[in-house]
Amino acid sequence: MKKRLMSLMLCVLMLSAMLVGCSNAPAATEDKGQAAAAVKEIYFLNFKPEIAPIYDSIAKDYEAETGVKVKVVTAAAGTYETTLKSEIAKTDAPTIFQINGPVGYESWKDYTADLKNSKLYSFLSDKSLAVKSGEGVYGIPYVVEGYGIIYNNAIMQKYFALADKAVAISSADEIKNFDTLKAVVEDMSKHKEQLGIKGAFASTSLKSGEQWRWQTHLANLPLYYEFKDNTQYDNTVMAGLAADKIDFKYANNYKNIFDLYINNSASDRKLLGSKSVDDSMAEFALGNVAMVQNGNWAWSQIKNVEGNTVKEEDIKFMPIYTGVAGEEKQGLCIGTENYFAINSKVSQEKQDASIAFLEWLFSSEKGKKYVTQDLGFIAPFNTFGENEKPADPLAKEVMNWMGKDATSVAWTFAAFPSEDFKNYFGDALLEYAQGSKTWEEVVKVVVDSWASERAK
Amino acid sequence: MEKRLKYYFPIFALPTLLAFLVAFLIPFILGMYLSFTEFTTVMDAKWVGLSNYAKAFGNKEFINALWFTGKFTVVSVITINICAFALALLLTRGLKGSNLFRTVFFMPNLIGGIVLGYIWQLIINGILFKFGVTLTYDPKYGFWGLVVLMNWQLIGYMMIIYIAGIQNVPPELIEAAKIDGAGPLRILRNVIIPMIMPAITICLFLTISNSFKLFDQNLALTAGAPSRKTAMLALDIFNTFYGKAGWEGVGQAKAVIFFILVAVIAFAQLIFTRSKEVES
Repeated sequence: MKKRLMSLMLCVLMLSAMLVGCSNAPAATEDKGQAAAAVKEIYFLNFKPEIAPIYDSIAKDYEAETGVKVKVVTAAAGTYETTLKSEIAKTDAPTIFQINGPVGYESWKDYTADLKNSKLYSFLSDKSLAVKSGEGVYGIPYVVEGYGIIYNNAIMQKYFALADKAVAISSADEIKNFDTLKAVVEDMSKHKEQLGIKGAFASTSLKSGEQWRWQTHLANLPLYYEFKDNTQYDNTVMAGLAADKIDFKYANNYKNIFDLYINNSASDRKLLGSKSVDDSMAEFALGNVAMVQNGNWAWSQIKNVEGNTVKEEDIKFMPIYTGVAGEEKQGLCIGTENYFAINSKVSQEKQDASIAFLEWLFSSEKGKKYVTQDLGFIAPFNTFGENEKPADPLAKEVMNWMGKDATSVAWTFAAFPSEDFKNYFGDALLEYAQGSKTWEEVVKVVVDSWASERAK
Repeated sequence: MEKRLKYYFPIFALPTLLAFLVAFLIPFILGMYLSFTEFTTVMDAKWVGLSNYAKAFGNKEFINALWFTGKFTVVSVITINICAFALALLLTRGLKGSNLFRTVFFMPNLIGGIVLGYIWQLIINGILFKFGVTLTYDPKYGFWGLVVLMNWQLIGYMMIIYIAGIQNVPPELIEAAKIDGAGPLRILRNVIIPMIMPAITICLFLTISNSFKLFDQNLALTAGAPSRKTAMLALDIFNTFYGKAGWEGVGQAKAVIFFILVAVIAFAQLIFTRSKEVES
């Protein structure tokens, strides 16, 4: 009798525990629902891990000012597309996300809202930069960035002060073409010990997921020139998007600079498969190398390396010279791959709240301060006055080069057919560096992948 | 008592059944449906029939991954089971410190996949540094690296299962065999192995399915480098899904093919070894 009573009581207890959970849930969601109407929540899926912590302070300030909660989630490097794919299918999907240009727009066109009537679009100083389709505007660029060869002027000056240097010039800004660059770099490698460096260039990071500097940024140059030769289009991205196949005409120019990178670096060329971008930036920051290819976003990474010896006044940009005719007038590679898009599948009020947040970030005093001082963005908006530009040394250098009498190389990699194309290119480069592929085979991989990826 | 059991049975089984439905059955059926469609996220799918399967079989990376996984499974299953069985035999002789050894050999199994992959990558790269190359130099390095890693992780686990099996062999049988004049090898072949057939069934099944499904360690150790040549089936499916727009359906089709392959092989193995089991 007692046992039966005990077991019955236990069953009732278990059932009531389940029912408690059930009855609470509807009440809780009802509360949340009412709360949600009053305190809106918008969700931003961030692409740049370098500045993720800053968004937390921005979100806090915005919530204090307007009561709208901004949830910021950052995708780890190289995982943005995969994270976005899974997040956007949820009911609590990102309301603000990023696309990388016209090719990214193709994947996400069912999810991007038309922004042509928004104030945010009217803020753009150059409206041709936005991602458009027909009459609508679907992607708004929010940062202009540049990349090139970052060099440590302190080490360069030490080199130019050497008595037995092989070149006639006396400072790094006199390097205006590939032949001079090659002569300087190879001579610096010869004088490694005297200069106290392990190599002229930082390691060419070819680890999986860390190859973007070569298969996207560096690949931009030969393809930019190839598409520029196509006079039917006045924009290399449009020419690239229309190209079903490429000849990789300027492959040898790519080889010039790539060989220079891998043969004069801090690591032997066969070991590059284990190097990451963090390794290369650390080598530069610790003063073990004189030059590294990267963009102005890298300043915060260099600054935060423990034991950083590079001073703000010593860090400068040099264009990436590849031996193309007329490159004395070539500048840095400037453009953007970062476009904000608003999720068209969430409620209208969430969309409006998201646009309002972005407008606040790029036009209010507090927002603009964050953008120029903490995020370090060179924002392409007319809401920024002359003295409201970022103060970090690399951003200043980019603006310096933009103003010089030099032709910036536009970012053409927005026209690359797919992520897989870039990955195939990068994988082929790794095998070339290790010696298991010849350069002709790499060229074949590039040409074949472009054609097959474009056909898909 | 029986009536009570039948009465209360659904209440107790319901939570687990629900969990199984939501976490396994529904995604599985949804996946089979999606393999015949072209989709960007799981909500907007367009029916395209068998073209995803055609693309999957025509994709040379998939075929390469199939071969690589097949070779890997054969090598791993043989090495893991032989080493685990040998260790189990050694550690059931009543040697001093057997318990300590069993614990130590089992410990590698406790480390998760991704961490294990990265640690072994560091170790192997460190060794190869002396030869001036890295793990990505040759797909063979990746292959043997994965084999070593799998062995290190699974030998302890299989050993425990074999030990349990060996300890369950009734000592009277062994004594009877000794009296009949059988040498140790004869005893092994004709008494111990038939008696531990259930353990062999389980170990073979676990090693075959674990080797086929390997993902974490593959991603962490080589990520498919060089040029996707060391990508196993699961990693290849992952890459297909996220590599290009419009191929998510193909990735799903590959996953369905993968499931059918593993299920057929596992069931075939189960039926074969089950038929060899002997009642004591």
